[in-house]
Amino acid sequence: MFRGATQSAAVLVLVLLGGVIVSLIHGSGPSIRAFGFGFLTTQTWNPVTEKFGALGAIYGTVVTSLIAMLIGIPVSLGIAVFITELCPPWLKRPIGTAIELLAGIPSIIYGIWGLFVLAPFLQAQVQPVLIALFKPIPGLSTIFAGPPYGIGTFTAGIILSMMVLPYITSVTRDVFQTVPAVLKESAYGLGCTTWEVVRHVMLPYTRVGVIGGIMLGLGRALGETMAVTFVIGNAHRIAGSILAPGTTISAAIANEFAEAEGGLYTSALIESGLILFVITFLVLSAARLLLQRAEQKAQR
Amino acid sequence: MELAIYRRRRLTNGVVMTLAWVAALSGILILAVILATLFYEGFSGISLKIFTQITPPEGEDGGLLNAIVGSLIMTVLGTAIGTPIGILAGTYLAEFGRGTRLAMAVRFINDILLSAPSILIGLFIYDLMVTRMHHASAWAGSVALSMLVVPVVVRTTENMLQLVPDSLREAAAAIGSPRWVVIMKVAYRAARAGMITGVLLAVARITGETAPLVFTASNDQFMSTDMSQPMANLPVVIFNFANSAYPASRQLAWTAALLITLAVLALNIGARTLSTPTSKQS
Repeated sequence: MFRGATQSAAVLVLVLLGGVIVSLIHGSGPSIRAFGFGFLTTQTWNPVTEKFGALGAIYGTVVTSLIAMLIGIPVSLGIAVFITELCPPWLKRPIGTAIELLAGIPSIIYGIWGLFVLAPFLQAQVQPVLIALFKPIPGLSTIFAGPPYGIGTFTAGIILSMMVLPYITSVTRDVFQTVPAVLKESAYGLGCTTWEVVRHVMLPYTRVGVIGGIMLGLGRALGETMAVTFVIGNAHRIAGSILAPGTTISAAIANEFAEAEGGLYTSALIESGLILFVITFLVLSAARLLLQRAEQKAQR
Repeated sequence: MELAIYRRRRLTNGVVMTLAWVAALSGILILAVILATLFYEGFSGISLKIFTQITPPEGEDGGLLNAIVGSLIMTVLGTAIGTPIGILAGTYLAEFGRGTRLAMAVRFINDILLSAPSILIGLFIYDLMVTRMHHASAWAGSVALSMLVVPVVVRTTENMLQLVPDSLREAAAAIGSPRWVVIMKVAYRAARAGMITGVLLAVARITGETAPLVFTASNDQFMSTDMSQPMANLPVVIFNFANSAYPASRQLAWTAALLITLAVLALNIGARTLSTPTSKQS
């Protein structure tokens, strides 16, 4: 009987995820029938005329995550290298703790902090510099076109990069620690510098795990809701400049779901939720498969 | 020539290692700045009123009593619903299901649930409970939170049970204990500290969760302990008040943020101190 209870609890975990999928598909029915494939390719989002397309939100989701990864990956790898190679032993624990506390801070705290501290700071100090810096360069001048709003896609990307930092760092640190000491010592013995050991011994050895950790962080960034909702400005259009307000799928749902009184509006929001689910499911599955492979390698 | 190469390698190394230092420092700096802001903005709002008065209409003076109570009720209930399911499922993975297809599937799906966007959980519970009851309720909020507790507890329970050596289980089985006694009296006891850590981490995870509560538990202006009605809670108070034009409301949002963060930090540190001695033993 005990066995049966544990087994049904295990099956319940599967049912939960199945339930999420079924409910999302069921809820997006009206929207799928009304807009078909065009939902993915148009960026009109008009609750009054009930015309909806998710392209703006999808674009925002992808671009904010991309910015988060561009900043988050090098910093996370840097911290992981610091912890495994450079850090004096007595400092290892405090730094590890600090990084894990960073992961523990709830999303909404990043949101309120981003809105009142980060956004004004970026608006006053960073964005004007970026605008001036990239003005003469064609291409980049549109991406970083002014005015500095403070809130927008760029700020959301920055706050996301802070939030994915602990996830990527802790996975990378863990896989770095699986590198056999003999390998590193032989490289050091040949006269390699620390950087060369990291670049040519540790990274190749742990590549699968590091990529898995990055995908895990990416999965988090794509679905992150509250922090983004506060700082992105909730505008359903694709602006040429990343400094302009935008929206993401999760921010749109958080902002608008309560106001949408049933009908097509609600259904369109649920369908964009379905899209978000599919994207994150794929990314997180890839992360898991890679990390499983890394784990098997470590055990061998 | 060789000296030049040598110099260049040293230089590259120096630059990259400096960057690693900078990265580590910036990580700590972010944490420090966030905590400092929270204390600076939130601490001035802490007074007896916060714990004795209920949330006011926007712009007016008041406290957070109903939101604190609501958060406590839903967190406790969410944990109470999610923990047994999580422990049982984790037990299946580590004990009965070793090597089975079902266990592999559950482990994989559980890992997905662990990082799945929590707003989608909110949508699911909205569809499952709120549309059926025709309004938001504290029950819906608690169930949404419990869905976030399950994957955390499954994961830690399985990991902790795997650390229990099989020789202990065999010894218990050899004196004639049935399987459930072996698990309940031997495996659980050996893994207890780690399993409690998992539950604490799960509580920490749901303490600040906002996305799944916004349209399941919604908000309530008044003190209420009626589980079938909408219930105030700290995260949604922050969500509603942070953008307010009134300083008094913004102050309440900051104070609520400070309270949540203190709770989360305390839970995290509690979990950490609990798990330290066991990791030394094993």
